[in-house]
Amino acid sequence: MSGHAPGWLIQIVSSLLNIALLLFIFLTLFALMSVLERKILGRMQNRYGPNRVGPYGLLQPVADGIKMLIKEDIVPARADKVVHFLAPILIAATAILALGVIPYGRNMTPFVIDGGILFFFAVGSTTELAVFMAGWGSNNKFSLLGAMRAIAQMISYELPLIITVLPVVMVVGSLNPDKIVFAQKYYYFGFLPHWFVLTPWGATAFLLFFVSGLVESNRTPFDVPEGESEIVAGHMTEYSGFKYATFFLAEYLGMFAVSGLAVTLFLGGWHAPLPWLGFIPSYVWFFAKLSVLLFVFIWVRGTLPRMRVDQMMNFAWKFMLPMAFTCLISAAVWHYAGRRLLGWLWSFAVIAVVYIVLSLFLDTRKKFAPRTYRFAE
Amino acid sequence: MSTVAFAVIAIFTLTFALAAATNPRLMHAALSFAAMFVGIAAFFFLLGAEFVGLVQIFVYIGAVAVLIVFTILLTRRDPEKDRGFNWSGVIVAVAVFAGLLWAILRSPSVSIGPAIVKALTVKRIGEALMTHYVWPLLCVGVLLTAALIGALVLVMEDKRQ
Repeated sequence: MSGHAPGWLIQIVSSLLNIALLLFIFLTLFALMSVLERKILGRMQNRYGPNRVGPYGLLQPVADGIKMLIKEDIVPARADKVVHFLAPILIAATAILALGVIPYGRNMTPFVIDGGILFFFAVGSTTELAVFMAGWGSNNKFSLLGAMRAIAQMISYELPLIITVLPVVMVVGSLNPDKIVFAQKYYYFGFLPHWFVLTPWGATAFLLFFVSGLVESNRTPFDVPEGESEIVAGHMTEYSGFKYATFFLAEYLGMFAVSGLAVTLFLGGWHAPLPWLGFIPSYVWFFAKLSVLLFVFIWVRGTLPRMRVDQMMNFAWKFMLPMAFTCLISAAVWHYAGRRLLGWLWSFAVIAVVYIVLSLFLDTRKKFAPRTYRFAE
Repeated sequence: MSTVAFAVIAIFTLTFALAAATNPRLMHAALSFAAMFVGIAAFFFLLGAEFVGLVQIFVYIGAVAVLIVFTILLTRRDPEKDRGFNWSGVIVAVAVFAGLLWAILRSPSVSIGPAIVKALTVKRIGEALMTHYVWPLLCVGVLLTAALIGALVLVMEDKRQ
């Protein structure tokens, strides 16, 4: 071998390797997650879940995949063929792109971008357009209604989702996910990790972020866009076979992305929870934390009933948004009070006061009255 | 490499811009418009202005394109109705083009040629916005808040009855 390959070739090959590995890992995780979800939900509902295909039903995703692939692909006659076809591709592509900026371990960020956090949300905001394309392209009332619901909730919850990220960005002083992870590498008193979730503003922001993440990935209790008792399957009504599977895949990839970002921002990224556990590889820690969050996703799905649209919107604008802004102020208080115990207490006080005032103000104990109807003119 | 990338992005952007301007199906035109924004964001990435490119995607695809699409949905559509040639549109387009051309020709960076620019990091943009350009930033904030309140007032109209 004489000399090296040209620079651009190295760049392209290394990018392709990154992408291939990313796809391999997350598609495997998707397959595993789909069977584990059914298993765990089964346990929660006192039944077995899938147990026919392979040992403990672990080969179920393979069977499902084959079923989806050989199913007939039905496109409605009056559908907008191009838009109908492009929507699932776009939605899956954006979900995969968002996975690219998350640091999975020490020096294991697939694409290092200075504004990585911004990239994540910029790509995520494209999902709305894809959902709309699916709803409109199907030329079906249920699809369009589902798409409208999806976009309404995504736009509403995007605000708390992004604003809860701001305190972390502010405290670290960078939009780079790697720097955010590095900022959480120290330990108080030698054992208490420096994770942002252990500060009052961080804990609040984490909870708000997680709830917004549930909404953004259309999971129960916020799966109003695909509420099957009301609008069949929302924007996915007219999709069958592999296109439907692609939507399903995108939902799970979105869930992985949001959980991964939550781990990065609040749970210390790939750092070990105790300093003497640092010998375990960093990516093991990352995926362990990710699995815990994914389990909570499933747990919530097995526990909570679906919310109503108006409840959801009120919750977003009247509770989530003010609390998200409070996190911002609380983080500033924490910073200027010296990032120590005093700052911790002050920051806690800010959040507690706002929470109490908000909960008094938003008295949800309804005064019952005859139902009023509003009609379109 | 950069020239090839420039050509590819330029063809992509111009194709979709043309599609957005000429496609009679309003929704396809709007979606082509969104695709064109991707091309413009790609230009910013090519120039190393990563932050601007990301904001371009965030604002124009995540917000403006969705807004346009919603506007089309919520207004009545009369498909394939020929409205004739729109001269006022031509005048506005020529005025905007002339304005842009004037601004581009006036800007010094074009004549200097490839200058060594310090990498435009997010931090530098933030510092510039918070120190030198803080008044324009605040004015934009007030303007947007006013627009938001205005929109709310418009929607709340039927509550007064």
